[in-house]
Amino acid sequence: MSEKVLMKGNEALAESAIRAGCRFFFGYPITPQTELAAYMSKRMPKEGGTYLQAESEIAAINMVYGASAAGARVMTSSSSPGISLKTEGISYMIGADLPGVIINVQRGGPGLGSIQPSQADYWQATRALGHGDGHVIVLAPSTVQEMADLAYGAFDLADEYRTPVMILADGMLGQMMEPVVLPERREELPEKPWAVTGHKGQRPHNVVNSLYLTADDLEYHVVEREKRYDIIRREEQRAECVMTEDAEIVVVAFGASARIARSAVVQAREKGIKAGLVRPITLWPFPQDAVAATLSTAKAYLSVEMSMGQMIEDVRLAVHDRVPVEFCGRTGGVIPTPAEVLAKLEEMNAKGGE
Amino acid sequence: MATENILLAGFGGQGVLFAGKVIASAGLIEGRELSWLPSYGPEMRGGTANCSVVLSDDPIGSPLVTTPDALIAMNQPSFDKFCDKVTDGGVIVVDSTLVPSTHEIEGVRLCAIPAAQMAEEAGLKGLANIICVGKLFAEAPFCDKDTLFAAIDKCVPARKAAMVEKNKQALKIGMNA
Amino acid sequence: MAEERKIVYQRPHALLPVNTNYCPGCPHGIVVRTVAEVLDELGIEGKTVGIAPVGCAVMAYDFFGCDMIEAAHGRAPAVATGCKRVNPDNIVFAYQGDGDLASIGMAETIHAATRGENITVIFINNAIYGMTGGQMAPTSLPHQVTQTSPYGRDVSTAGYPIRVCELLSTLDGVALAQRVTVDTPKNVRAAKRAIKKAFQYQIDGVGYSIIEVVSTCPTNWGMTPQDAFGWMRENMLPYYPLGVFRDVLAEGHESVAEAAIERAKDCPIVMEGGK
Repeated sequence: MSEKVLMKGNEALAESAIRAGCRFFFGYPITPQTELAAYMSKRMPKEGGTYLQAESEIAAINMVYGASAAGARVMTSSSSPGISLKTEGISYMIGADLPGVIINVQRGGPGLGSIQPSQADYWQATRALGHGDGHVIVLAPSTVQEMADLAYGAFDLADEYRTPVMILADGMLGQMMEPVVLPERREELPEKPWAVTGHKGQRPHNVVNSLYLTADDLEYHVVEREKRYDIIRREEQRAECVMTEDAEIVVVAFGASARIARSAVVQAREKGIKAGLVRPITLWPFPQDAVAATLSTAKAYLSVEMSMGQMIEDVRLAVHDRVPVEFCGRTGGVIPTPAEVLAKLEEMNAKGGE
Repeated sequence: MATENILLAGFGGQGVLFAGKVIASAGLIEGRELSWLPSYGPEMRGGTANCSVVLSDDPIGSPLVTTPDALIAMNQPSFDKFCDKVTDGGVIVVDSTLVPSTHEIEGVRLCAIPAAQMAEEAGLKGLANIICVGKLFAEAPFCDKDTLFAAIDKCVPARKAAMVEKNKQALKIGMNA
Repeated sequence: MAEERKIVYQRPHALLPVNTNYCPGCPHGIVVRTVAEVLDELGIEGKTVGIAPVGCAVMAYDFFGCDMIEAAHGRAPAVATGCKRVNPDNIVFAYQGDGDLASIGMAETIHAATRGENITVIFINNAIYGMTGGQMAPTSLPHQVTQTSPYGRDVSTAGYPIRVCELLSTLDGVALAQRVTVDTPKNVRAAKRAIKKAFQYQIDGVGYSIIEVVSTCPTNWGMTPQDAFGWMRENMLPYYPLGVFRDVLAEGHESVAEAAIERAKDCPIVMEGGK
């Protein structure tokens, strides 16, 4: 096992991707993901790989599309406004069943917004990474170690299900350093017989395409893809549960806000409040099962987010509105404090005791 | 179950991020939980820069230090902004060369040393940051002494190997200040 | 006598036996066939990847026998870049129309060219959006009537058409930029020579090559195929003159890199970096 090193989240994402066999990176500068691109520009030439600074986020994602079609493990990274530009290419990747890893180190929005950490792209990531029927697997790390682990695993998920995978991080996780143990280098990569590498006269031509001019034909392909999504919904939900066994107030939080929520939950327990935390690691598929499993003891839920409240809708769906679901969060790049979350838990606990 | 919340603040270019990294690396060497979080963006370029370091025996929640147990303030705006946020029983190290106006805060130890001037006189220009780290260590140790020197070895990049001894010298000056 | 018979004309192997979606009299068919002939003659079908655009050639992935990718509108050069970087031994070409290449995809076009991506672009310029039914294109001529310039292209509001080969020839990454047409057998043969040269440049690693084919759109121009060629000769060729706009080998350079250094010989950082 390799030793623990101190690394920025952005750099851990990059190094881990290289160790997962990613040798192609296409990006465009934007704060707060810049260290990732800078790291790739330094490391890729030494790995015999390609770092290419594209003319725009649109070009970058389409280079990803081309490199993925050619069979490579490939990645791009950006931050919120840049991801909006990439959604065109992501939709085409979904439509053409192309794997690839897209990093969103979120900042405040809408518009140019701020450059401070945010989670306000939850809806975009889980609902609308481009037009049309389709999904992207969305992973939400909450430590630098998890940035490394999830980036590494993202390439396997992408190849297994032939889908883009997004790592939904934020400026805090991207910029902070923590100790991290990096994964082993991947030597064997999966075969991709569908890739366009030249048929060498040995097979019919491969075509990478998302166009089906006949409605029935397109419907068939979308329905077939949906069957794959059903497998993903069944097999790939992931969440971490902290002190939920007897929890009466269940906090649901992901990524950076889950760290704050965890501190608040620990402090609430010290005050005798039966609080617990469900931390979704996959945002799509949303870990409905892990949330629903807490319904036996839960009297209320609290969604803690760095937005005006987006994931809260998925929490409500998961608990079928059987108990109240409340919200606590800050937006615009403001990081909520454990004290704010604790105050909300105390308020909810007092209400529940009435 | 100790946790140290340390905030380092100053102008961009004074090395507050590096100083924070030295403290964080000490935590790494001792196998503790730790986090290091910089301010980032336009303020890095000539404006104020600050850096939160948390060392703990438990998993760290928020890496953002808003109420530090220890503050290193390397310019006046940083002192003014954060001095009232320091927790009861906490410590403030200020570089009095650049922070002319300080005041006592109840329950907080204020250690004013002319770090920039001391660095200049010792031929260690630019290492006021590490002198402050040494002073903080002397006032409120956050690791073993040997660990702190080992952290310097870890943080100074190989291409600047000549800086290792200078950084260690700066640490000693701070510890004895 | 059976032994004296010989095949003088047949479907190229790199052209699949399918019906195309092109309108009667559309020169796209001639160009697609010409590219396929070149793939055959160079023996590269098996290692070629083609990129189809959005526009009338959107279905080209069904026509060419080589591996194919369908790209988003205008993004073919970026897709080609990604593909070529992964497998540099593949021959990668993009087949694009004027709206795709010179309007929505202009950024991708210029940057792929200036990077000197070792790819080949076949550019069909017929001064109109054909697929969507005849709207004004970036190459529509002044006063040209289209669905979205019903009073004729007014340059005071719609600006001027773009001469793509001239524009790209200013970029250091471009190895070959040539404009051809396919209105006569002679011109078809010249176009084929140009296309073959473009692919050969890619095989030899010389750099980015683009062949612009001045073409027609009988359907949306509302003309017979012959009249359309007549209108093209009368109006388009004076605006878009045929010829070679950049050919680094013919200009006496060994590569685009050497040509670029020559162009910037008074710039110290270029010269020192080039040593």
